[in-house]
Amino acid sequence: MGTTASQLPKDLLSEYQVKRSLAHKRFTELVAKEDRNNPSPRVPMSKILTLPELKSNPFRKRICHVFSTSENKDGSLTFEDFLDLLSAFSDSATLEIKSHYAFRIFDFDDDGTLDRGDLEKLVNCLTGETDDTRLTPEEMRQLINNILEESDIDKDGTVNLSEFQHVISRSPDFVSSFKIVL
Amino acid sequence: MAHSVSFDILEPTLESPVDEGVVHDSFSRLIEEQSHSLDEDGDCLEMQVLPEEDKSEEDLLEEDRDNVPYLASLTWDQSEQERGLGTENSRQTDPLIGEQWSYATLRVLSSMPSRTIGRSRGAILSQYYNRTLRLRRRRQSRPSLHDCPRSSRPSIRCYGVEMDTTDVGGEEHKKDKLVNNLQNLSISDRVRMLKGMPLSVVEKSELRKLASNYNGGHSLNRGQIPCCSRLKYYIIIALRHMWYSWLSFLHSLQLWQVALKRVSGRFGTGVLSYFVFLRTLLLFNIFLLFITGLFLVIPQAVHPPTHPGPPVAFTGLELLTGGGYFAHSVMYYGYYTNCTLNGSCQPTQNSSMDANRTGSTLVDHDDAKRGSHLSYNMPLAYFFTIGMAFFFTCIILVYSMSKSFRHSFRVDKPQGSLALKVFCSWDFKVIKKSSVKLQSENISTQFKELLSELSGPHEKKTVLQRLARLSVHLLAWVMCAGSTAAILLAVHYFSDYVHKDLQKRVGSATQSPLEKEASLLALPVVVSSINLLLPGFFNAVAWMEEYDSPSVHTYVAIFRNLMLKVSVLAVLCYHWLWRIASHPQELNLECWESFVGQELYRFLLMDFIFTILDTFFGEFLWKLFSQKALKRKRKPVFDIARNVLELIYGQTLAWLGVLFAPLLPVVQVLKLLLLFHMKKTSLMLNCQASRKPWRASQMTTLFISLLCFPSFVGAAVSVTYTMWTIKPSERCGPFQNLTTMFQSGKLWVQELVSNNPNMSWLKWMHTYLVENPLFLFVAAGIFLVVIYFHTQVVDGQRKIINLLQEQIENEGEDKKFLIIKLQAIHEQQRPQSVQRQNLAGSES
Repeated sequence: MGTTASQLPKDLLSEYQVKRSLAHKRFTELVAKEDRNNPSPRVPMSKILTLPELKSNPFRKRICHVFSTSENKDGSLTFEDFLDLLSAFSDSATLEIKSHYAFRIFDFDDDGTLDRGDLEKLVNCLTGETDDTRLTPEEMRQLINNILEESDIDKDGTVNLSEFQHVISRSPDFVSSFKIVL
Repeated sequence: MAHSVSFDILEPTLESPVDEGVVHDSFSRLIEEQSHSLDEDGDCLEMQVLPEEDKSEEDLLEEDRDNVPYLASLTWDQSEQERGLGTENSRQTDPLIGEQWSYATLRVLSSMPSRTIGRSRGAILSQYYNRTLRLRRRRQSRPSLHDCPRSSRPSIRCYGVEMDTTDVGGEEHKKDKLVNNLQNLSISDRVRMLKGMPLSVVEKSELRKLASNYNGGHSLNRGQIPCCSRLKYYIIIALRHMWYSWLSFLHSLQLWQVALKRVSGRFGTGVLSYFVFLRTLLLFNIFLLFITGLFLVIPQAVHPPTHPGPPVAFTGLELLTGGGYFAHSVMYYGYYTNCTLNGSCQPTQNSSMDANRTGSTLVDHDDAKRGSHLSYNMPLAYFFTIGMAFFFTCIILVYSMSKSFRHSFRVDKPQGSLALKVFCSWDFKVIKKSSVKLQSENISTQFKELLSELSGPHEKKTVLQRLARLSVHLLAWVMCAGSTAAILLAVHYFSDYVHKDLQKRVGSATQSPLEKEASLLALPVVVSSINLLLPGFFNAVAWMEEYDSPSVHTYVAIFRNLMLKVSVLAVLCYHWLWRIASHPQELNLECWESFVGQELYRFLLMDFIFTILDTFFGEFLWKLFSQKALKRKRKPVFDIARNVLELIYGQTLAWLGVLFAPLLPVVQVLKLLLLFHMKKTSLMLNCQASRKPWRASQMTTLFISLLCFPSFVGAAVSVTYTMWTIKPSERCGPFQNLTTMFQSGKLWVQELVSNNPNMSWLKWMHTYLVENPLFLFVAAGIFLVVIYFHTQVVDGQRKIINLLQEQIENEGEDKKFLIIKLQAIHEQQRPQSVQRQNLAGSES
């Protein structure tokens, strides 16, 4: 409830120019009834994913996992985590923050680089899971080879964060499309 | 388990150069997780490791080597194998990717700084530690000699060395160092640094608290920060609070937040850019309205001039023609007086110009309105208000254009678009389920097309084919240019005809003035219908041409439409400024400025009505027709480019008209407000998301530039021309009795100088800066030189980028070489371990 917000110092919140009150309202709606009295309630991932803003996003689970500070890695979010999520996807976040989080969202196995497995999962998320949109294995292989050829500057077979940011910096549209409006 | 055994054997031989506990945390967890999940999934890993006993030694060696290195990317490997694709097929020609590493090498690889930074908090901390260090060093006037040689090798200095030293304390130590650095930064730097860190809010607040604590202790101990600077900090913090609350207030005021969210949730960034552009135009017009309203309309409305003649009744047709009832209202130029308004509501003549104003108010005409005992010089206010409105609009436009360019213009060459597509093509704003599906389909088709382009050999076109193609393009251009020219001639002669017709009507007294005005609607109707129909013709021509790339298609369409609109506007300007303005007596016009203002009002209104018709017929009925009659599932696609060009056309009219009708921005504001809601409703009802990729930010840049270059510059040039050279009406308006509008400023300066000898520099400035074109030439020359320097700088940066790229590639080669060496060392150690393992196996 309100205590969560008031625990955060005021000047800290000012960094979050996302509409905090709105975020808080949306968050408390998700908090289960028996948890209302808990000073820092934790909303499970399944609840978070019912938000219309995330419901149809193919990266929704990854987003929860990346922003979750939960000990047992279940993707549940506290209000602070939720604010983190919103601020990373807000207007005021810099390209650097956005690309950092995008990298972590795309890094499906959390190993710090985008290897072939990550890239394949990423492409599958983008194209959807239906049979007619899915790429054939041959196309996938070719696509991944091309991606690595273009973005893997030091040729070590994976795309690391700085290589990723280098690619992102060439796309002026990224900042405007990596955005979730509450 | 067999695989854990092999790990145990390999582990002791490994000496990672970095702090394992910190950096490896998540990785080892990952390995554990993966091996667990694999156990559950039917133990693929085990299957490969367990049969060791049954196999010959060579086989075993192969197997072992095969499974271990792919721990990190097991999922990929196995899915590949499951699909029946041998991993051998998918092996790269690149030696590094194709190579199979031993577990130890893999571990070293995974702990390389470039890979840890994406996942480990400690690495982020140390990276930002280095950044703060660099920032501090830059702020310091004298860099310490000790650091110089190190900083010349950033790649090692940044990560390796620092991480070596942090072995002991691990993350805590890094954090301490970071905090230490942070507190040495100035507050603004610290805030910026913290803001830019990809850490969670809790970690940031902790860092901030630590940094400020250190800072407090620091200042108490050494007394370095004097009281006043602390006061300064408090003031800064307070100001910042105010700024943030102001920002959040503005945010809550932001127009159409919800509507825009709905649009973007369904149609993505491309269509959103149209609405954002519309909102920008609305803000421009509100700004214009604010200026003209405050300095022209309100002062004049408070002191209404005595208007000769009977009041005209309101009939309703005025809403269309803009004449009649409106003709003698604050709406138009003719209503404004050439008097000096003062507090006693007595319009007096020019003679009482206030002479005791200081020179500094020359630019700031806004101060012209002063206390009640002072007077308000209407001609001067009119002149400066219009001038300043254009000046500020110009500044805002140039600023937003440069901002937009900064976003879309990159110094380095674009190379390859596949990676860009994969990483950046998902629009997170799209939330509607069907739109998400559509987006997936679009991305999938784009991938497939790009891939087939890459793999398929480009069929060489024969000379004949190319000739045919060229002739088709030529034909298309000739058709477009020809139709544009024909339309121009038609508009020219039609306006001539209307002009002559009006002259005749003026002679005959049989018609009521209302009918006369209604007949004037013919020209705007014709022009607006041309604007509506000809783009359709251009589209048909472009369809015939079959452009390969959609972006070329868009640019060609924009160029053709723009050509049409600009030339039509040029013909109309000729009609207004030459035919009507130079011979107002032909039409028996008392006030040609008001007449032109009415014309512009009619054009603006007709443009709006035709847009409504287009929305209704082109989108709504077409959708009904194609769904009911043609039984097609598809809905029409929202044509962003054409709609934006229509907006730009309307805005040009509004800018042109603001001199003749100061309240024209009101019409434009109302029009845009209605248009927004109409277009939004029509979009939601009738349209579907486009299948073509739309590079929103590049297009936004293009649109802002188009708004600036032909539209605003054209309007500004004709307004300046009008002010500078055309003789204003003799019996109405603020500039009667003057030869040009510009003269009012000149007279004022002369008066000022004659009343106050101290102001002679003003006169000097006026003669040399305003009247002498040399100054303009010099300014333009300096501007060009600056631009030239900047292009040179960009060129140099490009070269440096190329050099750096080469260096990175070289470093990559080095890295590859080192990794292969490392692998070779492990290879040498491996046979022993395998033998040991074998021995253990046979014993059991």
